Amino acid sequence: MMDFINKFFAKNKSKDVAKDRLKLVLMGDRGVSPEFLDMVKGEIMQVLSKYMDINDDELEFKLTKTDNEDGTAEVPALIANIPIKNMKGNRGK
Amino acid sequence: MAEVIVVTSGKGGVGKTTTTSNIGAALASLGKKVILIDTDIGLRNLDLVMGLENRVVFNLVDVVEGNCKIKSAAIKDKRFPGLSLLPAAQTKDKDAVNEEQMKKLCDELRDSYDYILLDCPAGIEQGFKNAVAGADRAIVVTTPEVSAVRDADKIIGMLNAYGITDHKLLVNRVRVDMVKRGDMITLEDMIDILGIKLIGVVPDDEEIIISTNRGEPVILNNKSQAGIAYSNIAHRILGEEIPLMELKDGNSFFGKLKKLFSR
Repeated sequence: MMDFINKFFAKNKSKDVAKDRLKLVLMGDRGVSPEFLDMVKGEIMQVLSKYMDINDDELEFKLTKTDNEDGTAEVPALIANIPIKNMKGNRGK
Repeated sequence: MAEVIVVTSGKGGVGKTTTTSNIGAALASLGKKVILIDTDIGLRNLDLVMGLENRVVFNLVDVVEGNCKIKSAAIKDKRFPGLSLLPAAQTKDKDAVNEEQMKKLCDELRDSYDYILLDCPAGIEQGFKNAVAGADRAIVVTTPEVSAVRDADKIIGMLNAYGITDHKLLVNRVRVDMVKRGDMITLEDMIDILGIKLIGVVPDDEEIIISTNRGEPVILNNKSQAGIAYSNIAHRILGEEIPLMELKDGNSFFGKLKKLFSR
């Protein structure tokens, strides 16, 4: 209970609210540029394609927001839908 | 060989012009040869803040267009030997000058000065690009407000993209009473969020408004906390290690009382 009260009051300081809001908005400002997303996508695909064949046409890749674990704030999330055509058979190596 | 420093912020009204004039005056009073260039074409203000508005004859656009020599356009500040100002044009707009021209101008001035300070306009359009084109390093001015910090972040990203990786943060208008109450973003938080080193902290100080009303740099007022802060920043630009000053709580009840008695 004390924890909750402390947390409640701590979060009520306007400077903390400001900091949290800034962090979130900057995550969006910094991250959502198409070049940035393309870079991340490119590198992830490079790694994945070592192990599996990927269906490039139906690839989905976006930065969005979702609720955090206790549902108290929105956090950025990377959502990727990567359809796999075929696993590469290198299990025995 | 001069170093070219751009004073920029993204957001307007955070104190770029005041910062430029005071750091310039402070560097000059430390014996350096300094020229300040107002690159805010169309919204000329550096001359007014410095109290040199009645001495403007030629301006930046005249120099760039070749209508006059730099020497005849640069106004010498008689209070500070070594300090000159190249004012902006008031009747033209930001597109009257391009990046190449600014770069060329800065390079031409390098041999005659120790420091060239560029007062950058607000925004991220042509005026910003012009100011940044000729610069070696940057001072990013912000205030402890969400909008100013967000814009500072954008500007830092753009400076990096322009190859200016030597940039430091100046936090302006800090109110110690509000920081103590937990109602103002702290320095630590700003440094953490922006991931940039600090060059100085300037407290919110009435003396700034009073000095600007009179057209005098606040560094001339040795009672002003902001004046001391700007002088410290000038020392840091010269590479000296000066610790951050301890800010006094001028807006609390006791702070006000103390101020009343110290007059």
